[in-house]
Amino acid sequence: MSYHIVVCGSIVPDPLQTLEPVTGPQGPALKNEMMLPAVLDPWAGHALYEAANLAKNIPDSKVWLVSLGPKAKLQQVMMNVAQKVPFELVVLDGPAGGFTEAEEVAAHLAKAIDSIDSLDKSKLLLFGGWQSASRGTGAVMQIVGEILGIHDQFQGVDKLEPQSDGSLQVKERVEGGSYLISALSGPPAVFGWATGTLPEPPNNPQVGMQNMRFIMPAIQKAQPAQVGAEGVEFKSVELPAQRRETRVVKDVPAADIAREIVDWIRG
Amino acid sequence: MERLRTLPGDDVRQIMWRFADRYDLQMVVQSSRSIARTTAARLVADGARNTHDWTPEKEELLKAFDASGLTGMFMEPEQGGFIAGPKNLAMCLVAYELSWVDGGAATCNLATDLALAPIHERGTPEQKDYYMTKCVPPQPGEDREVWRGAFALTEPLPYVGVDTGVVSGKIRIAEWKEGEEPMIQVEKRGRFITNMAFANFVTAAVNTDDERIKSSCMVILEEGDEGIFDPGAPTLKMVHQLSATNDPVFSLKVPASRIIGGYTIQDGVIVPNYSHGEIIAAVFQRTRIPVGVMTAAKLLSAVEPVIRYQRGRFRGGESKPGTPRYELGLQQNEDANHRLLDVWSTGEAMASLGFAAGRMADEFDPIEKEKDRLFIEQAIKGPRAQLKALKPKEQEAMEMVQLRARPEGERDQARLEALEADPLVQYSYLSAMSNVYIPACKLWNTGYGCQMMREAVAMMGGYGITEDCPGFLGQKWMDAQLEATYEGPEVVQRRQLSISMTGPVFSAQVTAWIDELKRRAQETPGRGHCTLAAAFELWAWTVEHLQSAKDPEGKPLMHGRRQGVTFQLADALSWLVAVKCFMDDIDELAEKGQMNPVVAEGLDALVDFYGDMATWQAARAAGETGRVAADLVFGYILHPDCAGECCGPEASGNLFDGAEEFYALRRKVDAAAAGARLAKDRAAADLTKVMIPEALDYPL
Repeated sequence: MSYHIVVCGSIVPDPLQTLEPVTGPQGPALKNEMMLPAVLDPWAGHALYEAANLAKNIPDSKVWLVSLGPKAKLQQVMMNVAQKVPFELVVLDGPAGGFTEAEEVAAHLAKAIDSIDSLDKSKLLLFGGWQSASRGTGAVMQIVGEILGIHDQFQGVDKLEPQSDGSLQVKERVEGGSYLISALSGPPAVFGWATGTLPEPPNNPQVGMQNMRFIMPAIQKAQPAQVGAEGVEFKSVELPAQRRETRVVKDVPAADIAREIVDWIRG
Repeated sequence: MERLRTLPGDDVRQIMWRFADRYDLQMVVQSSRSIARTTAARLVADGARNTHDWTPEKEELLKAFDASGLTGMFMEPEQGGFIAGPKNLAMCLVAYELSWVDGGAATCNLATDLALAPIHERGTPEQKDYYMTKCVPPQPGEDREVWRGAFALTEPLPYVGVDTGVVSGKIRIAEWKEGEEPMIQVEKRGRFITNMAFANFVTAAVNTDDERIKSSCMVILEEGDEGIFDPGAPTLKMVHQLSATNDPVFSLKVPASRIIGGYTIQDGVIVPNYSHGEIIAAVFQRTRIPVGVMTAAKLLSAVEPVIRYQRGRFRGGESKPGTPRYELGLQQNEDANHRLLDVWSTGEAMASLGFAAGRMADEFDPIEKEKDRLFIEQAIKGPRAQLKALKPKEQEAMEMVQLRARPEGERDQARLEALEADPLVQYSYLSAMSNVYIPACKLWNTGYGCQMMREAVAMMGGYGITEDCPGFLGQKWMDAQLEATYEGPEVVQRRQLSISMTGPVFSAQVTAWIDELKRRAQETPGRGHCTLAAAFELWAWTVEHLQSAKDPEGKPLMHGRRQGVTFQLADALSWLVAVKCFMDDIDELAEKGQMNPVVAEGLDALVDFYGDMATWQAARAAGETGRVAADLVFGYILHPDCAGECCGPEASGNLFDGAEEFYALRRKVDAAAAGARLAKDRAAADLTKVMIPEALDYPL
């Protein structure tokens, strides 16, 4: 059994940047958002790397990355992401920010997936982030699945293991640090990934050069996607309160650090 | 209006440094950056620089280079690499990204390329394929060790690499059996040899010590060769500690096929096809550029940490959010912003010069190969015969420069196209230009860059010279001093410049630049073109004047041994060429930025900011040129026997023939600085408003 894995994922501003909400002509935005360096949404990144690993281990499998975002920014991000794993890119040129309606975004994504010529929906595993770092609703993947008629859906996935009988075993995060383990007879299904289990692959320029033969044309012929939040009024927008209390310490034994963390948890 | 909203990002740099259409290079940038800001930065933060030894922790760098493809970048695709064609710009970009964090990491990456460069430039096809392939990391399914190389030119005292024409390493014929390949005995001691702690092979410069070997050459030594291949003790250097540097000892018997570029046997004598000097000239012509870029990266990398430090200087004290003291910190003071602008504008000019030199070397590589092919075809051998054949092409190259300088409608386009299609004309032109750009880049970027790094360190207060300084500025300052020295110290670059700067093709180009800058000053005022044109005019006049001027003893001033003259002019020229490259990059940004939606947003404002920065940098370069010109023009005239009247403004016009002309040009330079301080004020004010990231993107 081979898989056709479609990963939905877009870009977010590099989290180290100063993110300052402002009100622009189209509603809320981040100050200088177009100029800030962007990265692949980390949640989507986990999904992509898991997809590539699955495809590598199951012969004849293939990965597509379907991305809705400003194509010029996407191109920059691809210079890094394209070196990590093999995939084909499908681009929808539109805003990547979180001030959009999940339903509109999902409709565009579903349409783009539907129009992938060589996609065999009977083999389709639809991957995406369980959450998003772009003020996302966490609802897009579920709606895309519904539009495409895929009703087996799993969220907070950390592991997906093909079984010898063709079924798939899925580990989903549930409350209290536990996992819900499910058995799935086979595709199609939707998987909203948590962090997965794989590290970020190192860059491999050979992979990058292969990918780029298709990525650059895909970016060139990107279809415009009008998404937004028409009719929605944002009363206020603010960044989550800073909770980080960082201390830089050196030469502290691991046991002391562990003890301090335990003390902190105990309050 | 905010002219500088954020620090320039990749989109801006790709346009300015002309690789917006090269996704292979953009990927190289991302790979290098990723290693720089993770593996390399972690090593520095963990104190890996505090030992001379090559440690398992430092070894992680090599693994990271292998995994990310940087190790194989120097090779052709058929050898296992991934970039086809010349790679000078690619190497500059890698050097830039790695040096953004640590210069030693950059050196570590580039050293195997340096070892391979003699083979790449002059090796036989068999040597190229064998060693290039060995140095590519194994692909999935392959079971082999990746080879790493070292380049051994410099030697222990008494030469210490000062004079690359003299080497004490020797070769003799060890065995030469009838009908078999000769075996040669190599004796070489190296000093300050990068990569030596783990090198599997070495490309070594050696001289002949045997009448049956005609000349010096370079040989390839392998660790498995018969004899001694001793990496030697680590050099006790205080900088670039993420590169392995040792003083090796070699006493090896190797086949004569290891002579780089091969050999012929004439009358029982082995005649190497290339002397060591010929190979080194070809290698250093290119590999010096990334070194200059490395120092440029240091300066530009200092901007963000300095701004963050200055803005946050008084936070945590009694100042409250919203107050200027809290929000601006030290940036309340004009001096803090002005000094940082000096560092930034210098870094920009350096980077522009370095990348321009890299692009020029990429353009030059195929032209040089075509020239070699044509000369072989025409049986033109030896440097003298080649020079003679190229002489008429020099005139045509000058004609090409003059035609290019004219507006399109006013020139003989057919003639220009014919000249541009002639590889020997192109060779003459690019040879003349790269012989200025490359030494200027190595000299000015590293030398003056080192001085400006001191300024950057000073702006961080005492913090600057601690290991904890964000951006590792103290280490970068120290590293810059090594960059000014290795691959040819400053004196070597000045010497080369002092010869190439007076060449007829380059002189024609300077004249054309002056016209072009004047035209651009009218088309796009406010970017410093006029100031630079005036400075070039003064420099060119001074060179011409000094070529016929003599000192009171009747000795000529413009002479190879008169380094007090020639080296000063070389330094001044480097300032000017760097600003010219910076202005070219701004013009490119202004033109091409419109086509990139990310850059187009706020482009005019960004170009205004850069224009102010270039205006200020041009004024600095012009000031330097004016000082040097006055110094040299007047400094070799006997001071009149007077008490302050004879050399006053009225009498001074009589001090030498042409003095009035000099004063006119000098006045022009002074006047062209009008508005430069205002431009600096504006650009410096922008530094107080620019949005910077919340934190540095590499560990401290």
